[in-house]
Amino acid sequence: MTQKSFVGNRGEKVRSDCYMELEITASGGIQIELKSKVSALYGEDILSLMKDIFAFCQVKNARLFIEDSGALPYVLSARLEAALEKILNTGREYLLPMLPENNYSSEKERFRFSRLYLPGNNPAMMINAGLHKPHGIILDLEDSVAFDKKHEARFLVRNALRQLNFYGVERMVRINQIPAGIEDLRFVIPHNVHLILVPKCESAMQVEEVEKEISRIKKESGIKRDVFLMPIIESALGIENAFTIARASRNIVGLAIGLEDYTADLGVQRTNDGMESLYARMRLVNACKAAGIQAIDSVFSDVGDMDALLSSARISKSMGFEGMGCIHPRQVEYIHKAFAPGEEETEKAQKIVDAFITASEKGLGVVSLGTKMIDAPVVKRAQKTIELAVKLGILSKDWRNGYGAK
Amino acid sequence: MIKNAAGRMVPETINGIQQIPYMGIGKFKPKGNKTASAIPSNSNFPDNGNKLVNSLKEALIKAGLKDGMTISTHHHFRNGDLVANQVFDIAHELGIKNLRWFPSASFPCHAHLIPYLEDGTIYSIEGSLNGPLGKFTSEGGMKGTGMLRSHGGRYQAIQDGEVKIDIAVIGAPTADAFGNANGLYGPSACGLLGFALADSQYADKVIVVTDNLVPFPCIPWQIQGNYVDYTVVVDKLGDPEKIVSGTTVVTKSPDRLLLAELTARFCDAAGIIKDGFSFQAGAGGTALSVALYFKSIMKEKGIKARFARGGSNKYLVEMLNEGLIDYILDGQTFDLDGVQSMAENPRHTWTSPFTSYNYHSKGNFADMVDVVILGATEVDTNFNANVVSHSDGYLLHGIGGWQNCLFSKTVIIPLPLFRDRIPVVRDEVTTLCGPGELIDVIVTERGIAINPLRKDLIEKTKDSGLPIKTITELKEEAEKICGKPSKPVFDDRIIAGIKWVDGTLIDVVRQLKK
Repeated sequence: MTQKSFVGNRGEKVRSDCYMELEITASGGIQIELKSKVSALYGEDILSLMKDIFAFCQVKNARLFIEDSGALPYVLSARLEAALEKILNTGREYLLPMLPENNYSSEKERFRFSRLYLPGNNPAMMINAGLHKPHGIILDLEDSVAFDKKHEARFLVRNALRQLNFYGVERMVRINQIPAGIEDLRFVIPHNVHLILVPKCESAMQVEEVEKEISRIKKESGIKRDVFLMPIIESALGIENAFTIARASRNIVGLAIGLEDYTADLGVQRTNDGMESLYARMRLVNACKAAGIQAIDSVFSDVGDMDALLSSARISKSMGFEGMGCIHPRQVEYIHKAFAPGEEETEKAQKIVDAFITASEKGLGVVSLGTKMIDAPVVKRAQKTIELAVKLGILSKDWRNGYGAK
Repeated sequence: MIKNAAGRMVPETINGIQQIPYMGIGKFKPKGNKTASAIPSNSNFPDNGNKLVNSLKEALIKAGLKDGMTISTHHHFRNGDLVANQVFDIAHELGIKNLRWFPSASFPCHAHLIPYLEDGTIYSIEGSLNGPLGKFTSEGGMKGTGMLRSHGGRYQAIQDGEVKIDIAVIGAPTADAFGNANGLYGPSACGLLGFALADSQYADKVIVVTDNLVPFPCIPWQIQGNYVDYTVVVDKLGDPEKIVSGTTVVTKSPDRLLLAELTARFCDAAGIIKDGFSFQAGAGGTALSVALYFKSIMKEKGIKARFARGGSNKYLVEMLNEGLIDYILDGQTFDLDGVQSMAENPRHTWTSPFTSYNYHSKGNFADMVDVVILGATEVDTNFNANVVSHSDGYLLHGIGGWQNCLFSKTVIIPLPLFRDRIPVVRDEVTTLCGPGELIDVIVTERGIAINPLRKDLIEKTKDSGLPIKTITELKEEAEKICGKPSKPVFDDRIIAGIKWVDGTLIDVVRQLKK
């Protein structure tokens, strides 16, 4: 019996990746043909890693061809493991060590202004992702991975979670649409993923299914920490069910909206000013606020137009969204700028909060600024702005020290 | 073999010529006089100033082309050059052997010459060995030994008599029949002809080749006809799209932009960006973006630079036109905006390796530049850098003005910490091109290392919030991600020498083991 499998990527533009052809043979031992741009420096390393994986999988006879464009060990090993598993399907995992610096946790209440999507089968984009300082990175197994690459992407994403340093950002994975996405979970849950994005979510039941599988894996692997969820609403039905979805699990930290699919579902064009999705966005924001979770806006797809991105992000913020997706690292900076409280907004909030504290100290029931009365909800909003500004380092914690003196 | 002052083993002779091992920075001070060409007489030249001959072939024959000669060309046509290839096509046709090609740089388009290296038309190349020529040479294909010099080192070698040019062939985008020439106008416009200056002054015979002949006078005369023996008109000097790009595009690579941003923030924190400062940033993706970050910092501060050293491009020209820079001192123009600005704006001036780079002179302006942003293929933990070979041992690039720029007041090299899997910070560079004592800062996306010699920079940036690390920390970080690299395996045979700016031998490159 001989079987062949093909994994990975090659081509002129492919970097930091490799392509492999594997054939399990009946005899002849392990034969490896390596074509690599780094063979002078890492040829021996690569061969010994490959041999180790063969030994781990108890494969004694195989022919392997590797075309390497400078893949790091986590990529090489993910590729070979995927190639072997395609044929052998043992379910045994060859795990490289977890970097100690990857063992940090996240929390439910944290900023999620920007989440950078990283195609799950493209290692070149993953390596420096954390350096661009998004609030989160999303290793994507869904739309950015071609159907015939879904299997190998799981190994790559798993290895990335263990071996790549994302420098403290929230570690997220977007699984495939339920039910297919359930199978993705065992590849990522044991490897300190902080948050799972559930795409094309239309019902609370889908969330429950994900939650059930996560609990099973957590129990099996003895994991105590929470795994947060963020369903993505991408259809008319999903929008109608937004509130029940938002309340489907205590681990849900927010809902995101996916406007490419939503507008397709409606049969309309997606535009920059977004009138066609106004209802959906407002409905989603309202559902999130009612459920006490974050509302996250869709991605902005023109990566060349930073001015349009900035104004789109400002509109998002004004509608009540607390973040949006990014598809290019350069978008991060602009999105942060848009969602952080502006100078004028912060100053106004400071005035209001200061007036409120002064009034309370004097025992006055009414807060006023100049001749204007300030209502309680206005105070509450100003307090939220101040809190945000302090957390982002725009304001110091003790900003009121000497504030009145100015 | 002798161990030079940088600890590298170098031979006593190359291609039969005695070599002086590198002695350290500023240590080698030659005595004697500069070289001179033979005294000509006007009586040997046409009274009417018309030096036109019918073809390049005729000019080469009249110039006395024969076996073993040294032929020079310039590289202002970059990867669009058709002149050098035509010269050696003719030499091959005439059955001439063992020529030494002495270009100011070579480009991938010169892969055309590989068959002539194989059949003995060309014996050796002294100039850069780029891309295919470098690969061919690294694998042992060239009969003689290559010699790599900086732009300033090339001028020095010519004026000192280290290299005697028999015939200089100067491609000129515009010229008159007397031989006056410039690079500003015509279908092959390349801006300037500075790299051919020494060739015109010191070669035995000088041929000016043009595809845009104008009646006398050709103004401005960047090359003076008084040095020229023959003029020739050809159909085409080069491929315009490859000479200068139609337009310069800023990189969209997020990783390069991050490097550029860190570099600019470092300069700002170190107090380098101040009113009246000067800078040089090349046309490479990262360097170009650094200039743009400089621009926004300068605008914010309301300051301007006294001069910028080009390689010019659209963005540098914009800064000049917006009054952010008083002068551009240009060595080469990278796009059409650069060419046009040089032609029209007196504050955008052409330079030559003599004014900018020559080390055997009474000073040059490279020393006066406040900050220069350079590239490298590798650096090591002693801040030494390599620009000519890759970590796998292949010789693939020339030195350009890189060594000369090291004399700037602050030298910054932004680099990705690793390229694909190849770490750029090594224990020891594969080929030494620049001594670490002249290299001040290495900027990577994962941290910035400051040369311990620059206590002032360390002090100024310590509270900047920038990720300052030691060079050893950077090396370890790269190796943690990529693994510890092996070294390439070389044969004993030396395929090229690397000259320092003063003509001494700083290192050699060896043939790769098959």
